[in-house]
Amino acid sequence: MEVYLDNSATTRVTESVRDVMVKVLYDDYGNPSSMHRKGVAAEKYMRDAAQIVADSLKVEPKEIIFTSGGTEANNLALIGAAMAYQRRGRHIITSGIEHPSVHQPLLFLKENGYKIDFIPVDGTGKLIKDMLYDAINEETQIVSVMYVNNEIGSVQDIEEIAREIKAIKKDIIFHVDAVQAFGKYRIYPKRMGIDLLSVSGHKIHGPKGSGILYVNDNVKLKPIIFGGGHQRGLRSGTENVPAIAGLGQAVKEIYEDFDKKVNKMYDLKQKFIKEISRLEGVRINGLPAECGPDYEMEYIKKTAPHIISVSFEGVRSEVLLHALEDRGIYVSAGSACSSHHPQPSTTLTAIGLPKHLLDSTIRVSISEMTTEDEMEYTVEQIKDLLPVLRRYTRR
Amino acid sequence: MCMFKAFLIKYAEIGLKGNNRYLFENALCERIKDVLKSLGEYLVYKEQGRIIVECPDEYDYDETVEALKRVFGISSFCPIVTVDYIEWENLTKAVGDYVDAVYPEKNFTFKVFAKRADKRYPLSSPEICSRMGAYLLNRFPTLKVDVHEPDVALNVEVRSKAYIYSIEIPGPGGMPVGSNGKAMLLLSGGIDSPVAGYMIAKRGVTVDAVYFHAPPYTSERAKQKVVDLAKKISRYAGRMKLFVVNFTDIQLYIYDKCPHEELTIIMRRYMMRIAEYLAKQENCLGLITGESLGQVASQTMQSLAATNEVCTMPVYRPLIAFDKKDIVEVAETIDTYETSIQPYEDCCTIFVAKHPVTKPNLKQIRYSERKLQEKIDELVDEAIKTVEVIEIE
Repeated sequence: MEVYLDNSATTRVTESVRDVMVKVLYDDYGNPSSMHRKGVAAEKYMRDAAQIVADSLKVEPKEIIFTSGGTEANNLALIGAAMAYQRRGRHIITSGIEHPSVHQPLLFLKENGYKIDFIPVDGTGKLIKDMLYDAINEETQIVSVMYVNNEIGSVQDIEEIAREIKAIKKDIIFHVDAVQAFGKYRIYPKRMGIDLLSVSGHKIHGPKGSGILYVNDNVKLKPIIFGGGHQRGLRSGTENVPAIAGLGQAVKEIYEDFDKKVNKMYDLKQKFIKEISRLEGVRINGLPAECGPDYEMEYIKKTAPHIISVSFEGVRSEVLLHALEDRGIYVSAGSACSSHHPQPSTTLTAIGLPKHLLDSTIRVSISEMTTEDEMEYTVEQIKDLLPVLRRYTRR
Repeated sequence: MCMFKAFLIKYAEIGLKGNNRYLFENALCERIKDVLKSLGEYLVYKEQGRIIVECPDEYDYDETVEALKRVFGISSFCPIVTVDYIEWENLTKAVGDYVDAVYPEKNFTFKVFAKRADKRYPLSSPEICSRMGAYLLNRFPTLKVDVHEPDVALNVEVRSKAYIYSIEIPGPGGMPVGSNGKAMLLLSGGIDSPVAGYMIAKRGVTVDAVYFHAPPYTSERAKQKVVDLAKKISRYAGRMKLFVVNFTDIQLYIYDKCPHEELTIIMRRYMMRIAEYLAKQENCLGLITGESLGQVASQTMQSLAATNEVCTMPVYRPLIAFDKKDIVEVAETIDTYETSIQPYEDCCTIFVAKHPVTKPNLKQIRYSERKLQEKIDELVDEAIKTVEVIEIE
C-alpha cells in the first residue's frame, strides 16, 4: 500500500491539471506576448486562470500576479511593498513562526536598515495578538502574518488581526502568507482586509513552479524582477503558461464540493489524533489548550484540516520516517534535525516543545484524496513500529 | 584552436620495473584512454620509453589537462606543438613562433635541448641546439641563454615529425591503476575512507568498495552520498564495484545480545568479516580502511587489534599516522570533502554508546560475541546473499 501523507510538502496534480498542461506545452505553446494567433491562444489561458483565481478570492483579475510559487510571491510582497512605501517608515512586524520565504526577505530588509519585530506565539502556535498590536507605531509599514502554519497547522485570526491593526494605523499594508491555507479555507481578501496574499500552486494539486500574489488595487509594489515589463511591469519574464493554466485548473477544482472535502479531512484528522493519542509517550502539537482528551471537533476545527504534528517520545523522527517509508507511508520530519547539523525547527521551538521532542516530531499532512483506509493503515504501522524503534536507541 | 596538438607523458616509477615494464606501460595507456574516452577521439601510444597522446582537431585543452592530472602513474606531462615539415627553415620558424606564442614577455633565460631520433637528419643534436639558440637570440634580442639554470628548457625533438615543448605540468605520481592487484575498500560516508581508497589506488591498486547500509536508521540519501563518493574516487581509480550490504538486522541483534559499550567494536568485527568474504569472492588481495590511530574509540591500538583479529587478509590503513587536518587536505584536493560532510548518519554512529570501550579486551569481546551464536551466521549469510552491487563508472 502506498500512502502519501506529505501533502504540505507538495501534492500530486490531478488528471485534468496534467491534461491542460500537456495541451499547453505541446499544442498551445505560443508566447502570450506574441501578436499572432498562437500568442492570443496562450494569452487566453492566462486570462482564464486569472479569472478563476480572482473569482475564488472575489477580487479582480487585474489584482492577480502569477509568480514562480509561494516563495516568490512572499518575496515580491514584502520587498516590493517595503520599497514602494519607504517614506511611510521602515518598520515591519511579523510572527516568530513564519516560513523561511517570509523570514529571510525580512532579514534581508533588516540588513538594509528596516526594523523588523518578530512577535512570539503561545504554546499552541497562536500569535500573541496584544503584543502585535502594541508593537505598532508611527513607522509601521507592513504587517505579515501566515494564515496556517506549515509545521503544526495552527491558524491565525486573520480577519480580526486585519481589523485591529488597521484600527490602530489605517495605512498599514497587511500581507498574508496563505500557502497552507488556500484551498482549505475560503479566503476573501477584500472582505477580510488583506492587502497582499501569497498562494502556491503545488500545494493544491497544481504544478510546481506556479503561484500567485494577490495585490490589492490600491497597493503599490516595486518589482523585484526586471525585464520586458510583463504583468504590468510587476513580474517580468515570459509567463509560465503551462503552469499558470495548471494552477487555474487546480484552483477551479479545489473549491468544488469544498465543505464536504474539508469536513472529510477534519474527520480523518480527528480519528487519527484519537487513535494515536492513545499510544504511550505521544504528544499532539498545535491543538488549542482547551482541547481535552476527547478531541472534540469544535477544537480540532480551530486548527487546519490537513496538518497533524505528532511527537513520539524516545523515537528519532528521521528513523520513524524511514521506517514508515519502508511500509509505503510518506510523512515528513517535524524538524530538519541531524546529529551533525542541528537546525531545530523554528515553529516547534517557538511553541516551547521540550528539547527532547524536537527531534522526535513528524508531520502528517493529508489532502482531500486521502482515504480512511490509508489513515487506518498508517495508525496500524505506527503502533507496530513504536515498540521496536523505542527499543533500539542510543544509550 | 589550441596550438598544442599532443601531450608527452612522463612517468617515473614505472621506469624501474625491469621486465614487467611493459605491463605498467600498458596499464598506464589504458588508464589514459579511459579518462579521455568521454572527451573525444584521442590517440594514445607508446614511443621509445614515453607515451604520446595525440588530441583530436577540436578538443578542450583545460579539460584534457585536468583529466591527465587524475591518472596515477604520470609523473608529469608536457603539451607539445608538432611540426610536420622538419626542414631546417620551417623548424626554426615553428620554434620561434612557439616561443612567441607561449611567452609573451621575452625577458627570460633559456636553453635548447635537442633530440634527434632520425639519425639521417642532416644536423646532429648539439648542432640543432646551438643553431636554434642563435636563431632565437636573433629573432628575440631580449632573450638570454643560460645553460646551467635556464628559466625555460626548450625541447626540440626531431623524428618523422618534430615535437616542441617547454611546459611541464606535474601529474599525480604513483602507479597506474590495474598494475598492482585489487583490494576492497570499506567505504563509509565519512571524510577518511574515500581518501584511503584514493591513496591505495594511487599505488596502482584496483579498488572495489563495500558500504554498510542500515535502513531505516540510515536514509536513502546516506546511501546516495556513498555512491557519489565512490564516483569521485573512480575519477582517479577507474571503474569500481560498490557492494551495499544491508546491515540492520546484524546491528540490532548485536544491540540485543551484547553490552552496549562494545557495540561498535563487535559491529566492526562483523563488517570486517563480511568485507573479507566479499573481497575473497572478488579476488581481492587486501582490505582498505580509513582508520587513523587514536582518532575515535574504535581506532585505538586495542580496538584495531580487536577488529583486525577477525580477518586473515592484509588490511591496508594508509591514513594510520595522518592527522585529521592532513586527511581533510587530501579530501579537498580530490573533491570528496564537500560530499563527505553532508549531514547524513552512517551506521557507525546511529547506536553509538555514550562511553564506548576504548581499550577492548579481546577475551571479553570474544566472550560477548559468543552470545550471538544462535542467529548470527544466518544473519551474515543473509546480508551477503542480499548484497546490492552498483557498478560505478
